[in-house]
Amino acid sequence: MEIKAGRLVEPCSTRITLTGAWRTFVPVVDHKKCIKCNLCEIYCPEGCIHQVQSNDVKTLRAYAYTPEQIADLPKDETVFIPDLNYCKGCSVCAHECPRRAIEMVLEEK
Amino acid sequence: MEKSLLAPGHRACAGCAMPTTIKLVLDAAGPNTIVVSPTGCLEVTTTPFPESAWCVPWIHSLFENAAAVASGVEVMLKRRCKDANVIVIGGDGSTLDIGMGSNSGMFERGHKVLYVCYDNEAYMNTGVQRSGSTPFCANTTTTPSGKISLGNPRPKKDMPAIAVAHRVPYVATASVAYPVDLRRKVKKALQVSGPSYIQVNAPCITGWTFDAGTMVEIARLAVETGLWPLVEWENGVVGQVKKVTRPKPVDEYLKLQGRYRHLFKMPDGGEMLKQIQAIADANIAKYRLVD
Amino acid sequence: MMKGVASSASQGQSPKARGEKTTKTLGMKVVEGSYAVAHAVKCCRPDVISAYPITPQTHIVEHLSQMVANGEMDSEFLTVDSEFSALSVLVGSSACGGRCYSSTTSQGLALMYEVLYNVSGMRLPIVMNVANRALGAPLNIWNDQQDSIGARDVGWLQIYVEDVQEAVDATLQAYKIAEDPEIMTPTMVCMDGFILTHVYEPVKLLDQELASEFLPPFAPRSILDTADPKTFGAFADPSTYTEFRYLQFEAQNKALAKIERTAREFEETFGRFYGGLVDSYRADDAEIVIVTLGSVIGTIKDAIDSMRAEGKKVGLVKVRCYRPFPVAALREALKKASIIAVLEKDVSIGGEAGLLADMKAAFYNSSIHPPIIGFTAGLGGRDITINDIEKLVKKAEAAMKGIESEFEFLSLRTEIL
Ligand SMILES: Cc1ncc(C[n+]2csc(CCOP(=O)(O)OP(=O)(O)O)c2C)c(N)n1
Ligand code: SF4
Ligand code: SF4
Ligand SMILES: [Mg+2]
Repeated sequence: MEIKAGRLVEPCSTRITLTGAWRTFVPVVDHKKCIKCNLCEIYCPEGCIHQVQSNDVKTLRAYAYTPEQIADLPKDETVFIPDLNYCKGCSVCAHECPRRAIEMVLEEK
Repeated sequence: MEKSLLAPGHRACAGCAMPTTIKLVLDAAGPNTIVVSPTGCLEVTTTPFPESAWCVPWIHSLFENAAAVASGVEVMLKRRCKDANVIVIGGDGSTLDIGMGSNSGMFERGHKVLYVCYDNEAYMNTGVQRSGSTPFCANTTTTPSGKISLGNPRPKKDMPAIAVAHRVPYVATASVAYPVDLRRKVKKALQVSGPSYIQVNAPCITGWTFDAGTMVEIARLAVETGLWPLVEWENGVVGQVKKVTRPKPVDEYLKLQGRYRHLFKMPDGGEMLKQIQAIADANIAKYRLVD
Repeated sequence: MMKGVASSASQGQSPKARGEKTTKTLGMKVVEGSYAVAHAVKCCRPDVISAYPITPQTHIVEHLSQMVANGEMDSEFLTVDSEFSALSVLVGSSACGGRCYSSTTSQGLALMYEVLYNVSGMRLPIVMNVANRALGAPLNIWNDQQDSIGARDVGWLQIYVEDVQEAVDATLQAYKIAEDPEIMTPTMVCMDGFILTHVYEPVKLLDQELASEFLPPFAPRSILDTADPKTFGAFADPSTYTEFRYLQFEAQNKALAKIERTAREFEETFGRFYGGLVDSYRADDAEIVIVTLGSVIGTIKDAIDSMRAEGKKVGLVKVRCYRPFPVAALREALKKASIIAVLEKDVSIGGEAGLLADMKAAFYNSSIHPPIIGFTAGLGGRDITINDIEKLVKKAEAAMKGIESEFEFLSLRTEIL
């Protein structure tokens, strides 16, 4: 860290803080129920729900999903996925999902 | 959809409406935007040095001067023939109370600045004290309910009317629960050649105390009860209004929030609930919310 | 130097009527102090000016408004709702890379207080003329220096000028100092209200070409820019806040050399020099040295001349730069003094006074230990006369045999207490 000219900070740099550590409950998406309305993505205060190709293992790994979880995803589909590095577990997405496709599950850490 | 212009990793409470509001505003405005923010939850949670959640240029100076700072930014951009949106995003305390003089000056000078107030109806950053935007009967740490108190004794200050009185060409209310409407209003405001003002109802989980995940539902109920009408004023005239087909009783909104709990327990609470219903009814009549 | 106590009759006049139309003598023009300063500001080519009217600063901004209105200067002039907003506007413009100017005094400076810290903390090199004036209550519009001395800890550089010419020249120098990439610190050029703002004096107005050569365009390293979206004004917790302050402290220390150098560079271009950090008058062999700031220096020099004629070894050291406080320069200038008498137009109620406290602090750990005594005078516009200075010197003479009072109000009207 360097204090430059007393005032400047790099853009988007909160990314280094992984607020996923705040979470008690984790949103688990039932991709079969999901109608891809993208409301969860819009309302998520963290901006951490993203549309990802289910075979994009690299991105999914970066979002802190295990190979097993990735293997369980429907094949070759766009899925709505919370980035677990940042998801605070607020459950807004679960609450707003019109199909109740998101369930908040107590996370074992 | 593109990645948000507000990065994750910010420190807002889980389930806070303010970051969602920012996301929607930036989404509509795009990257060619400079944001000015006053002190408050937004500033403290999005810019903990040496980090920043902002992906657009952003500046914070003080609690009560964001509109003046934005004026200075706008003037310099014009001078350098640079075209970028200048948007203030600030809380209700800074907007309606301590920053009023600076806002008034900015409105009156006619700067091309969009001022967005995320209205969480109290000074949240300092621990939920009453602001000019705190609604009637809400419990805050400086208007607590008690043996002889039913919470905040005064209704909300009508800031949109104050903006309209300044002949601000575009004024609107919006809600975090109506993202399409909010984005449309931001886009419209940015087309205006002078100042514009949008006040967005943005529930605070900590100050209003509601169950995890109900943030959007509560914001929606504020609209559906008539307590937070979605209205546009174009050149001082009421324009588009979001209709509420069958207004819900205010109790449905109030009972979900800890800040109104006393109304459901205290003997005089019922009378207050009636008065709050009257506020909603007056809005419904005034803005013709029901066809 | 001339001491002009302005009559408030000139206040109602239009800026034009008070303007420059006067005779030329040896390249000098007899102009109003405020006009001369406004002209200097014009030569600095500020992008944005924002100010709020308050006596005795008003003429400066009225002249600037007229210059903008006449198309004589290419600056944005923002009329605002308060001094608080005036300086806040400049926060935005300066962060966008604009050269910014304001002017205020007294109540206006007090109203800006919060923004003053903000501007210095954000390292925005704004320049402001302070037309020094007393603070209420009781309301008083006349000159003293309680306003800017009270703001000594806000992180701005402070230069105090002796006469109108120096105010002109220091204004140009201030931008060069403030905008140095190593300094990036806002600067107040403090001039005594009415005495310097409203006086008509022969002044050499700045030559635009020379001024432009002397002061290159402002080119900050980073600005608010959508092509490079930086965050300005983040929130710092206990783990970093101290370092922000330290860097400001360090920049002020670097400013010591920069202020000296700038004064010398100015001399090379314009042929005028007033001392860099401090200046002295007949102080070399003086036993009693008066240390002070601002326009009272003219009177003191006259008093010194007459006392010297009587054989009294009296001299003067002028503090031109008050922040950063030039400890080394003062120790050097005062190393032979037998006693130091500080005279200032401010008071630290409950303490002593600003300059006196700083002087004592500057000498305490040095090998030079002259006694230091202090006097406050000239509050709320009361004249400081030659008689007052002689009285002060008598007290200093007595104190050489033993200090009775370290600090006092000079010429206090005890009969009305
Ligand atoms: C001059 C001044 N007074 C008081 C404060 C303390 N203060 C900081 S933020 C804040 C409340 C902010 O309220 P609001 O604008 O509604 O934003 P919120 O935190 O609710 O999002 C207060 C009172 C301050 N920073 N500056
Ligand atoms: S639980 Fe909250 S933070 Fe996590 S993905 Fe859902 S809305 Fe986003
Ligand atoms: S206190 Fe309220 S407004 Fe502040 S971050 Fe938390 S939920 Fe958001
Ligand atoms: Mg608030």
